[in-house]
Amino acid sequence: MSEPLLDVRDLKVHYPVRTGGFLHGAYTPLKALDGVSFDLKAGETLGIVGESGCGKSTLGRAVLQLLPATSGAVAWLGRNLTELDTKGLKAAREHMQIVFQDPLASLDPRMTAGDIIAEPLRNFRGSLSNTEIKAKVKDMMARVGLHPAMVNRYPHEFSGGQCQRIGIARAMILGPKLVVCDEPVSALDVSIRAQVVNLLMELQRAMNLTMIFISHDLSIVRHISHRVMVLYLGKTMEIASRDALYAAPRHPYTQALLAAVPVPDPVKARARAKIVLTGELPSPLNPPSGCVFRTRCPRATSLCAEVEPPREGPDAGHDVWCHHWRAPTLAP
Amino acid sequence: MSSLNLTSTHAGALEAAAEVEGRSLWQDAWRRLRSNRAAYVSMIILAIVALACVALPYALPWAYDAIDWDHVEAMPPNFELGHYLGTDSVGRDLLARTLVGGRISLMVGVLATLVALLIGVTVGAVAGYLGGRVDQLLMRFVDLLYSVPLTFFVIILMVMFGRNFILMFLAIGAVEWLTMARIVRGQTLSLKNKEFIEAARASGGSTFSIIARHIVPNVLGVVIVYVTLTIPQVILLESFLSFLGLGVQEPLTSWGVLLNEGAAELEANPRTLIVPAVFMTVTLFCFNFIGDGLRDALDPKDR
Ligand code: SF4
Repeated sequence: MSEPLLDVRDLKVHYPVRTGGFLHGAYTPLKALDGVSFDLKAGETLGIVGESGCGKSTLGRAVLQLLPATSGAVAWLGRNLTELDTKGLKAAREHMQIVFQDPLASLDPRMTAGDIIAEPLRNFRGSLSNTEIKAKVKDMMARVGLHPAMVNRYPHEFSGGQCQRIGIARAMILGPKLVVCDEPVSALDVSIRAQVVNLLMELQRAMNLTMIFISHDLSIVRHISHRVMVLYLGKTMEIASRDALYAAPRHPYTQALLAAVPVPDPVKARARAKIVLTGELPSPLNPPSGCVFRTRCPRATSLCAEVEPPREGPDAGHDVWCHHWRAPTLAP
Repeated sequence: MSSLNLTSTHAGALEAAAEVEGRSLWQDAWRRLRSNRAAYVSMIILAIVALACVALPYALPWAYDAIDWDHVEAMPPNFELGHYLGTDSVGRDLLARTLVGGRISLMVGVLATLVALLIGVTVGAVAGYLGGRVDQLLMRFVDLLYSVPLTFFVIILMVMFGRNFILMFLAIGAVEWLTMARIVRGQTLSLKNKEFIEAARASGGSTFSIIARHIVPNVLGVVIVYVTLTIPQVILLESFLSFLGLGVQEPLTSWGVLLNEGAAELEANPRTLIVPAVFMTVTLFCFNFIGDGLRDALDPKDR
């Protein structure tokens, strides 16, 4: 296929956190994201999974330059976004959008749905008249399944699912190329999650969107993604095509996450070898040496504590960061 | 895909349907404010007082600075001569003077508060949103001004530039904006991390447009409550300055000046103190009730 649309190389986001005493303040970097690389082609969906606090949201925001990256590169059509000035960044934003987790909090409570959806148009298509904007907004509302007659309503008058549709309409109105969905359905009622996920998939197909879909729900990620990346403490554990990852996960962490997904068939569930995640997520201020997962890994050896696992993998496009990935798979 | 088509045909049918009007948070707050009886009555009384101060002096038989040469002394209410609330010690109509004084007091209160509002909101929102060095610089400046005693500051200005009406509300406004700036900055800090601000940045909004379109409208609720509490404060401050003899100049008057004159005559003519005092107290109470009502009405519990 063609050039990757997005090429992320060794992206790091560190925050200085004061750990010393009151006067002799020592700063320790909090490694929210520590050297993540991946690329994306047009029309592809990358699912990003991991427990909360693993750097998923940081990754999405750092890719869109909503958070400053400490180091690394985000190449968008060959241009490094981290080096752009304000003006260049604004121009790039036209093609990159985000859908947030909390639908109500992501909408300005003092603006009408129509004004919220129109905001990107006003920022980027200043030449449009108000009537043209209104027509486009109503069109977009219909496309995301909102009643166009509701343009003048305020966010608090909509349900959570409807608010998320407003958020999606705002993200889609400029016809972006890349959309980051940061846990777009986890704040919603279970009954409407599927609708919103299907809407995102429809739009993705119709507009040939490239999508980064962040979620802690492995079933939804499996439904929507072409490829999946597993994060733990700001580092990549495994990245593979969806089918390879779900059928033959190589990393113990991926296996543990998959083992925790409820299976509808009780016989199958019992037959399945379980890896149970024990212990707490270590503090990202003080990550374990060597492999960051070793404190909770059932396969950890002394090698894991000393050497950081390199990038290896069973075949092209399936990468694992684990010393013992060749060991027999424990989960399905 | 089929459902996509479905929604668009669906939309075609709905296009004709009339737009539903939304109910903004402001409208909600207004409804709640009106159902608060104390605040509602206060608004009506305040409107009447303000209207009377502005319009009534023209309808009275005596101008505020006209001396009734036939009765150059404090006279009790006399309807035949048109002194409905009597006269002051030099024979000027007390009602006319109180109303004109109210005009000045209210004007100083409103204008000085507007000055404070303008400076305070701008500085607070910019400092809070930009953060970093700009924030440090602006807020240290605010701290610095805070440490200068307020009255001292105003008195120095008055002495330096002479007694000047415009200068007075500029000076008061320039002092009152400090608290406003701090309040707005605090609100901005908590707003800044909300997702809708991030969404606005992702949508390509510039710093200026985010402050103007998202930050300011969302801090306005708190600001308005503070404004209704600042106006009476400014009126009191003006009275205090007048009491010190630094307020408006004779024959022009204000409530503070009238109180000062009335206090001097307290034993001989308590009426000259009571009349302006009643007007002023009622006004201050009204502002406070409205402020309380607004605070309840704008309470962010519905967010
Ligand atoms: S490198 Fe070692 S500790 Fe880390 S996941 Fe692999 S086996 Fe576990």
